[in-house]
Amino acid sequence: MSAFVWLTVITALRVLGRNRLRAGLTMLGIIIGVGAVIAMVSIGEGAKQAVQKQIATMGTNVIMIWPSYMTIGGVRGAQGGAVTLTVADALELKKRIPILSETGWLIRSTMQIVNGSRNWNGPVHGVSPSYVTIRDWSFSSGGSFTQTDMESAARVALLGQTVVENIFEPGEEPVGAIIRIKNVPFRVIGVLSPKGQSVQGSDQDDVVFIPFTTAERKVFGTLFLGSVGGVFVSTERTEDLADAAEQIRQVMRARHRLQGEQPDDFTIRTQVEIGKVQEGTSETLTVMLMIIASVSLLVGGIGIMNILLVSVTERTREIGIRMAVGAKRFHILIQFLIEALTLSVVGGCIGILFGVLAARLTTVIAGWPTIISSDTVAVAFVFSVVVGLFFGLYPANKAARLNPIEALRYE
Amino acid sequence: MNPLIVGEDIWKVYRVGDVEVQALRGVSVTIEQGEFVAIMGSSGSGKSTLMNILGCLDQPTKGQYRLNGVEVGQLRPDQLAEIRNQQIGFVFQSFNLIPRTSALENAQLPLFYRGLSLKEQRTCASAALQRVGLKGREHHSPTQLSGGQQQRVAIARALVTSPSLLLADEPTGNLDTESSQDIMGILEGLNRDGMTVILVTHEVDIAAYASREIVVKDGQILSDRVTKGRSQAVGV
Repeated sequence: MSAFVWLTVITALRVLGRNRLRAGLTMLGIIIGVGAVIAMVSIGEGAKQAVQKQIATMGTNVIMIWPSYMTIGGVRGAQGGAVTLTVADALELKKRIPILSETGWLIRSTMQIVNGSRNWNGPVHGVSPSYVTIRDWSFSSGGSFTQTDMESAARVALLGQTVVENIFEPGEEPVGAIIRIKNVPFRVIGVLSPKGQSVQGSDQDDVVFIPFTTAERKVFGTLFLGSVGGVFVSTERTEDLADAAEQIRQVMRARHRLQGEQPDDFTIRTQVEIGKVQEGTSETLTVMLMIIASVSLLVGGIGIMNILLVSVTERTREIGIRMAVGAKRFHILIQFLIEALTLSVVGGCIGILFGVLAARLTTVIAGWPTIISSDTVAVAFVFSVVVGLFFGLYPANKAARLNPIEALRYE
Repeated sequence: MNPLIVGEDIWKVYRVGDVEVQALRGVSVTIEQGEFVAIMGSSGSGKSTLMNILGCLDQPTKGQYRLNGVEVGQLRPDQLAEIRNQQIGFVFQSFNLIPRTSALENAQLPLFYRGLSLKEQRTCASAALQRVGLKGREHHSPTQLSGGQQQRVAIARALVTSPSLLLADEPTGNLDTESSQDIMGILEGLNRDGMTVILVTHEVDIAAYASREIVVKDGQILSDRVTKGRSQAVGV
């Protein structure tokens, strides 16, 4: 039996080797199909992981609450333009909803940041100490500010990596240095570890954190004391996010005295929702590319079937001879199936090589992240085996059912 | 000892469109082990159909055919293939070797389907090639061999399984006189060693090698006679 399979494989290779051009062209469909699957899935997986990384930079189990737009005389302002969200709202949420583990808030502005002769115009965020915790910011040097700094409106600042690079000389230690923000002197007490791009594509490291109270009273000159640009809360468990979001909505609507029909004057987004939207985009892309790849696999399979039918016709007499000396239907069936499999598997392996190469080139040339997982390669390989079996079965069966007398007489 | 071949009232009827063709009309024949039989007849006489049935490539429409005591008429295609592999060796007019495949591998083919190990296949096939005088040409492909040599490869393929019956269908039809004599000499030798040989031919001088001559006409046996008086000499 093993001798039979072994010799049949050798025969198949020899037959295909005799018609190298034909075999090559036949395999081309499978090569392109499998190559496309590998390349597409790698790019898709890479994009997915990049998005997941970005989403993780938001923090862990985070819910964001933004103020809604404000309408002045019928003119709609920008999202977040209203001053409907306050520190009191945040404290109320903390008090009323026990599943919230942390509650933080921030107020944002863009200011001139000066260190000696260098300066930089960038976002300055007045934040509560808990905000830094919620966003999972870590420190490359120094540390965060405390509740005491917050209560005393201390002039201390945390710098993002981008800001450090722009206002400090390379090698210069920022912690302990005095910088000025809108001419108010601040002592740098910590440098934030880099987070990279946000989901929206902005540079998250281009930021300066100062205590909320300091921002409110000494730098920004806020119109309404206690109004915030956003409230960030977090839960212990990811499963609680949706529940917490709904509770927040109820509490906020009650606090803002919104009647039944009135729309929310705030927007709530959970990290999971944002993740889903982002992943949904890349998933759609992946599915579309997979469909295209599958179509080319299908076309490749039809190519194999076609060439096998030709081969069966060409070798009708040979099939007759084999049957005359005692080949059973099963032997003939296996012979042609193995030929189909050889085409599809060799094609599949070349396709895998090309796919991996294409994915690598995409990373090198376009700079897109790609992930070639062993699962993808395995699935692509299995696919090519299945295509070979499926499209080989019809021609092989046709060969096996030939009448030996007619096959022997075939010219 | 039982006769090797017992055919009783064998009919073969084809339908070609609306026309019914009676290729064999009640042929009864008994062939003992060790005989050398020539089946003669003009084209269309039904001799090829008879050979196909005797060779288990085809089955009778009506009647009985027992090979070595086994009723062949009702067997499934795979069982027929098994019988062909175990008991019958074929030699065809057009050699019917597998192209671009060495003499050795062609001779191995029946053993390949018997599931022997590669080594056993090689050993038996080499011995068979040696027996037909092709030692040293094991690795020649059919196109590198003359017609006579190709037919000798075909004979090696037929005898490699030590079959109980060797069927030769116009084995010299595509050969010159000299090669024909070679081939017939080999068949004669095989018969002398005890193998039953059935030869289908329309040439009188080729049929003369056999010890019994059956003439077929219009699907029936016209005559059946012993020609050399040495039938039954072997294997009784």
